[in-house]
Amino acid sequence: MDALATAFGMLVGLDPVLWSVIGLSLRVSLSAVLIAAIIGAPLGALLATRRFRGRQFLIMVSGAFMALPPVVVGLAVYLMLSRAGPLGSLGLLFTPGAMIIAQSLLILPLITALTRQVVTPVYRDYGGLFAAHNVSPMLALRVTLWDARFGVATALLAGFGRAISEVGAVQIVGGNIAGVTRVMTTTIALETSKGNLEMALALGMVLIVLALVINVAIMALGRFGQRFEEARI
Amino acid sequence: MTAPVLEMRGLSYSVRDNRLLGPIDLRLASAGITCILGPNGAGKSLFLSLAHGMFEPDAGSVVWDGAPAATTRQSRGYVFQSTPMLRRSVRANLDFPLSARRSPHGARAALIDMALETARLTSRANQPAAALSGGERQRLALAQAMVAKPRAILLDEPGASLDPASQCALEDMVRQVAASGTKVIMTTHDLAAAKRLADDVVVFINGTIAAQSAADAFFTTPQPAAVADYMEGRL
Repeated sequence: MDALATAFGMLVGLDPVLWSVIGLSLRVSLSAVLIAAIIGAPLGALLATRRFRGRQFLIMVSGAFMALPPVVVGLAVYLMLSRAGPLGSLGLLFTPGAMIIAQSLLILPLITALTRQVVTPVYRDYGGLFAAHNVSPMLALRVTLWDARFGVATALLAGFGRAISEVGAVQIVGGNIAGVTRVMTTTIALETSKGNLEMALALGMVLIVLALVINVAIMALGRFGQRFEEARI
Repeated sequence: MTAPVLEMRGLSYSVRDNRLLGPIDLRLASAGITCILGPNGAGKSLFLSLAHGMFEPDAGSVVWDGAPAATTRQSRGYVFQSTPMLRRSVRANLDFPLSARRSPHGARAALIDMALETARLTSRANQPAAALSGGERQRLALAQAMVAKPRAILLDEPGASLDPASQCALEDMVRQVAASGTKVIMTTHDLAAAKRLADDVVVFINGTIAAQSAADAFFTTPQPAAVADYMEGRL
């Protein structure tokens, strides 16, 4: 009970170490979501709207990799960025940049697959209109993606939830260096093993609040999107 | 006939060696309303899709004003029986065909306002298209097809499942569109509507043309046995 009170005090008292860890976590995970969104949302929309060679393979891979273990992604990125790896010369290993790359790769399949899922029914409705008006593929993609925006936003939130809560990938490629690559999940693991439960509990509270906020946002977006489509607003 | 707007030569369409349509040779006048009649499965909707260039035929050609159908789709409007709409406002749905044709932004508002007025949807302009009634939705679909001032409009069963008032409003709109010089080609099951609207009639039975004539002559003179069977509900 004392540990919980201390943890709450650290949060309210704006403990600098605690909040720098929170800040870095948000920066890494939001950057990863941004990168994965820029690649994954158009790719998911493309998979939903176009027929091309390799499409089925990409659908299968994005679906299968949705639940990819973070440690496996971490290992793959580690091998790429390590000194002997193909991208070793970039010197990114054990930096926030490496963590962003790892989390981007981790959530890219999730965002791609979910975007494809939410865009598919919209395109099914619009396909005839696009054919009748001889709409260019680029305009069709833009219109479909925009009109599926509530669903796509939900996909991005789901990606953020997975990124902010994973520990394996950032642990491997970030190295959990204090003040440099230490994020919420890796700090919780470390501080718990050291018996420093106050810090771990405070960060746990933040993660729980974030999980709640993300879920409420997903529900609200879903409802708002449904109401918008049913023309009740 | 003056120079035809639509000319089909030797057109046919098959799926796995099963011929669904053709061979068809057809010329349609450059103005007025042509009604395509025929029983279910006669190939009316397929004919309309091929005429618009949405599918490639197995054989033959479809030419509009001398140019192949597939390359001139944007010079025509098309209204589906199911009236698909963007999940957007009425106004945005009218902007979409203009955007697809890269119409200048400055000219769009006036064209949209005109289409709204013709469809009697001005008061509904900013409401979601999904909120419209069946009749309003049909009028919006027709307005969407005509907003870019096309050379011709193709309508697939536009009045199906409408109440008499909505049907009447839609027919008024079709007449207005045709009167502006736009060629109208519509499929319909409704012989009474065809009688009210058509300048000329084409009857499809089993994927081929069983009759083609001016509407006045079609409804007042005896028709071949198969067409008579269709018109009297025996087919």
